Amino acid sequence: MFAKVANPTAAFAPGSAELQVQLRRAERSKKIWALVLIAPLFLFLAVTFVVPIARTLFLSVENPELRDMMPDLAAALQAWDSDGTPPDSLVRTFAADVLTAHENRTLARVGKRLNFSISGFRSLLLKTARRMPPQDSPDLLAELTALDKRWGERRYWAALKQASTPYTVEYLLAAVDHQFNPDGEIVEKPPERSIYLTVLARTAWISFVVVTICLFLGYPIAYLLATIPTKYSNLLLLLLLLPFWTSLLVRTTAWLVLLQNQGVVNDLAIWIGLWDEPVQLIRNRLGVYIALVHIMLPFMVLPLFSVMKGISPTHMKAAASLGATPITAFLKVYLPQTLPGAGAGILLVFILTLGFYITPALVGGPSDQMLSQFIAFNASTAVNWGMAGALSLLLMVGVAIFFSIYSRLVGVRDLRLG
Amino acid sequence: MKLRQLSTVLAVSVAAGFGGTISADAADTITVTSWGGSYSESQRKAFHEPFMAETGKTVLEDEWNGDLARVRAMVDTGNYQTHVIDAESGQLVAGCDEGLWEKIDYTALGFGPEDFLEGAAHECGVGNISWSFVFAYDKDQFPDGGPQNWADFWNVEKFPGKRGLRKSPKWNLEYALVADGVPLDEIYEVLGTEEGLARALAKLDELRPHVLWYETSAQPPQLLADKEVAMSSAANGRIYTAIVNDGQNFEIVWDSQAMDFDFWVIPKGHPEADLALEFIKFASRPERMGDQTNYVSYGPLRTAAVEYVNPDILPHLPTAPDNTVRWFKTDTQFWADNRESLTERFNVWLAQ
Repeated sequence: MFAKVANPTAAFAPGSAELQVQLRRAERSKKIWALVLIAPLFLFLAVTFVVPIARTLFLSVENPELRDMMPDLAAALQAWDSDGTPPDSLVRTFAADVLTAHENRTLARVGKRLNFSISGFRSLLLKTARRMPPQDSPDLLAELTALDKRWGERRYWAALKQASTPYTVEYLLAAVDHQFNPDGEIVEKPPERSIYLTVLARTAWISFVVVTICLFLGYPIAYLLATIPTKYSNLLLLLLLLPFWTSLLVRTTAWLVLLQNQGVVNDLAIWIGLWDEPVQLIRNRLGVYIALVHIMLPFMVLPLFSVMKGISPTHMKAAASLGATPITAFLKVYLPQTLPGAGAGILLVFILTLGFYITPALVGGPSDQMLSQFIAFNASTAVNWGMAGALSLLLMVGVAIFFSIYSRLVGVRDLRLG
Repeated sequence: MKLRQLSTVLAVSVAAGFGGTISADAADTITVTSWGGSYSESQRKAFHEPFMAETGKTVLEDEWNGDLARVRAMVDTGNYQTHVIDAESGQLVAGCDEGLWEKIDYTALGFGPEDFLEGAAHECGVGNISWSFVFAYDKDQFPDGGPQNWADFWNVEKFPGKRGLRKSPKWNLEYALVADGVPLDEIYEVLGTEEGLARALAKLDELRPHVLWYETSAQPPQLLADKEVAMSSAANGRIYTAIVNDGQNFEIVWDSQAMDFDFWVIPKGHPEADLALEFIKFASRPERMGDQTNYVSYGPLRTAAVEYVNPDILPHLPTAPDNTVRWFKTDTQFWADNRESLTERFNVWLAQ
């Protein structure tokens, strides 16, 4: 913009420098004004969106408990090469710090962190603090091992060392079903403890199926809306949007009432004679698909509708007059023009479905839980924010990968969101 | 009554507004924090009002949701907003380990652990009520007699129909072991071993095709009423409310019930801890504890309180003699240690 203006003015030799300065000044004040106007929005986004997300992701690598509450031990552990049994000086620092932390009542918090690495570590620490052998004992490690034989196992000391670094990848590893072994090597978790990769794949699959159903159901609806007279289409649009304004929880619960074994649908079907025994329609994958498709359908229909609205009906007539069959005309003329709308709908529905959690929790069975449920569980029930952050990161990376593949294949620039 | 509640709320909010401290010269005012709803109401009638009448002191009410971070802030800053808190066993144990609660001086109280149910007189808190996780069935679906114990719960041939279980490992693993014949006093010992856990999951495997997993504690009465399930695990209070208030034809099976307690606790370092102790002493009187059962179906933990219990509600209390033939105490310490690990295993098992 500025360059275009600047070049022609260069021809007016004497006044040009002054004019350029004036122009620049005018442009600058405009820019400042523009910045001032968007500043509130920018601030709002930064405070409510960027900072919390960055903070959550940061939580997934933070490792502060041991360093904050047992600083001497953390330093001593850092100096230890974690080979063989812990040296006597380390054990003494450990004993002293455990007692201090117990007095300060911070030991339980350290224990909670260590419990993540080895289950039962929390009570081991508290028990040890309550019955700490005398500090001047010649072989403190032997005394500790006599108190609880677990202190003789290297993996407990290795877990302490893992917890003493400023940052850790333990949560991120756990999010992809991996962990450290006592030698500090990354190994797969045993199958009876591996879950998150399965859940991630399941989440992606459910989203894919929901997108596909929405596309096939939504396309004819959008076509109908776009082609019938406005007075009817407005009414239908209103019906489509009505669920939008109803609470998600209400809609989900309504499905429960409709689809349960003694629910409306089953009772009706048995009464008509469609089937004799109640059919399980809910608390399984089918229920998840039904409820999610219902919620997501408007997100597919609206972008399709807005694109179809802009396609002139003369195109199809022209194709027909050139001898194309209705199917050929649809495939060659109409369908390609609606692709930007379909692309936008697919993207919206897929990404929104990936993050869903309350609906699958209520209408799904035990093997239909999606990743967000595990994030919510870790954040609010287990209060393991490191794990919640790591799983959020996993989901975000999943979305980012999908988005980049999608934009490569479809081209995000051509999308029309309505 | 409405006006009175309003004035209480006002008094609490005014106190909170002025920095939240109950100032030292107001030694005749005590704040009691509890869980709200009908439960707080039962405490108001059984404890707060008689306490005010007898001592001339004022009891203010506050509510909390078990958030220990709030207690930590009080203890760290010395800015105490409450004298006494009603805590569940989870908060009792966690707060005790983290040093958030005063140690209870039982000699000053004039009673001791021997006057309470086992585990109800804790070093950091005095037990007040028991509630229980049990299972209940719909009597309409079993006209010839319903299930009597957890082995029957697992017996789908004799007692057909769906079973409701909570979608979390806590209590399901215990019940599975009970149904598999593990003695009640060995449940947590067995569950603590890898073989014991595998045994519990294998037992749950048998029932898996017949289980309807529910998410919230409000669901079981609804699922039973809708005949979605024939029987379901549930908190006893929820089933009692459905029977008494909604006239449902449910029956609670108390055999091998998993009992859990609530406790009175005092924030660590409270300058008026003696006042708090005075209130706890008052609220622990057998006749006060018994009086509370006139308003809510939770059982008093002091053994002497049984004779003051409302006879109508007695059959519905977790601590009633008929209901405590076989019971076990939920091991809060065990769950504090093993929750993450067992939840992980349970979730993997569920997803299979």
